[in-house]
Amino acid sequence: MRVSLSLLIGGFLLALMLIAAAVPDWFAPFDPLVFDFEALSAPPSGDHWFGTDQFGRDVLSRTIHASRIDLQIAVFCVIFPLVLGGAIGLLVGWYGGVVDAIFGRLVDLVVTFPFLVLVIFFVAVLGPGLVNVYIAVTCVGWVPYAKLMRAEVLVQAQSDYVAAGRVLGYRMPRIVLRHILPNAARPVLVYAVTDMALAILLGSSLGYLGLGAQPPTAEWGVLIADGKNFFTTAPWMALFPGVAIVLAGLGFSLTGDGLADLLAVKR
Amino acid sequence: MNRGTWLLGRLAQIVPTFVMIGVAVFVLARLLPGDQVSAMLGERASDDTIARMQAQLGLDRSVFVQLLDFLAAAVRGNFGDSMSLRLPVLQVIAERLPVTLALMAIAVVLALSIALPLAFVAALNANRWPDMLIRTIFQIGLSSPVFYIGLLLLTVFAAGLRWFPVGGYGDDWGEHLYHLFLPGLTLSFSFAAVVMRNLRAGILAVLTAEYVDFARAKGLSAGVVLGRHVLRNALIATVTLVGLHVGALLGGAVITETVFAVPGVGRLMIDSILARDYPVIQALTLVLAILVSLAFLLTDLVQMWLDPRVGR
Repeated sequence: MRVSLSLLIGGFLLALMLIAAAVPDWFAPFDPLVFDFEALSAPPSGDHWFGTDQFGRDVLSRTIHASRIDLQIAVFCVIFPLVLGGAIGLLVGWYGGVVDAIFGRLVDLVVTFPFLVLVIFFVAVLGPGLVNVYIAVTCVGWVPYAKLMRAEVLVQAQSDYVAAGRVLGYRMPRIVLRHILPNAARPVLVYAVTDMALAILLGSSLGYLGLGAQPPTAEWGVLIADGKNFFTTAPWMALFPGVAIVLAGLGFSLTGDGLADLLAVKR
Repeated sequence: MNRGTWLLGRLAQIVPTFVMIGVAVFVLARLLPGDQVSAMLGERASDDTIARMQAQLGLDRSVFVQLLDFLAAAVRGNFGDSMSLRLPVLQVIAERLPVTLALMAIAVVLALSIALPLAFVAALNANRWPDMLIRTIFQIGLSSPVFYIGLLLLTVFAAGLRWFPVGGYGDDWGEHLYHLFLPGLTLSFSFAAVVMRNLRAGILAVLTAEYVDFARAKGLSAGVVLGRHVLRNALIATVTLVGLHVGALLGGAVITETVFAVPGVGRLMIDSILARDYPVIQALTLVLAILVSLAFLLTDLVQMWLDPRVGR
């Protein structure tokens, strides 16, 4: 067991994001929604560290407040696929046979669809917005979790404690949920942390394309989409929210790497 | 099993895959909530108009008949007409697909030219400062969204320095290359990071393999060992990676083409969604999935050609 540098840096970045999301008003110097017509598209200064946007809204405050939405995206875009995929993986790994064969064909089929294209297809049919993004990501993103969980269950099912459970006459739900699940969960959870980095990238990309969070919600991708038309005249509008995305992405991926080392999970 | 049989078997697999993709797209388009017809006609359409449109699209028949019709039409390449562009869907897609393929090819070439040398530098200096530096830069690259990288490159090199055009595609091959360079570079970063990571690990693994020790022991120079043994194995792994990554590159192309206003299928996808042009969205999803499965097939074939162990 060693706490690596990546875990320290990643944990620090995540802690920053968590605090910003929990109590944005402690850090945001201005109300993120209030227009200031005295300072339209003002460059970074002592008052507005990150400058202001075309309506005079403080970019630093909007970036801080957006962390709440993006953190929500990171969590929801992972937790729903994790639960659905985990449950499918548990059942497929436990029952095997025909169920496993069908699962294999289904996975082969899903991976032929480009992930982002399939998510966009779902959002196109369901309509733009964060709730529909979560539905789309759940329908598409459960596959890696199911594959991971299935592989773990196959290994755990061979172990003596499962055989002992069977001899004691425990039923399937008890063996699977109380005995196999706690032992099989570790690699799945480590993967989930790394996956949150991808979820932030996905959520902000959809926000940028106009398919995710809808304005005036402050979300990093939406902020960048707002600022892109002013990129040559007021680059700070899009620049700083982008830095926030990179730092958040780094936070999750470094933490994921660090946890994988710490818990000795092979990837 | 000999290689001929393996090859035939692998080629034959593609037919059921195509059928499954077609069924999946059909089922998704019908199963998801949201009524296509009222979405296309708008909320004020009368029931009469909706019924006529449904009959025109064949939506009043049984689902199974619709499915067979859809598959039969798809095989003939007949996906109906685009509602926003008033052109056959197939023609619209056929015009734009080459643009996206060219963009992806440029991205792959750039990614490999960035990642291959850096992976060697990193692996040969494992855990010393050049390795640390390269890995840190790529870690940051992996955490940066494609649209943000694109906007930065666009602002600095196109709008600022005016080295490259701000968008578009140009009229001949030279102009295409010139227009697609920045978008290609944008798209290449995350893939270069993946290739670098895998290649570095692969080279490190090969360097400690027994056959490399043996090659050194029999007196081969370091250069020959690296070229003949290390590079060859590293390349096989990289080819697989390119094949597996085609889907992710297509997804990245959707975003890159939107940022740089490149007239490819990615931008077509986003435009069609905003215009609620369902026939195009449906056909594009189908075509892109078929493209990915063809890429998987091609990967297997190239692997068989490069690696004598495959198919034996």
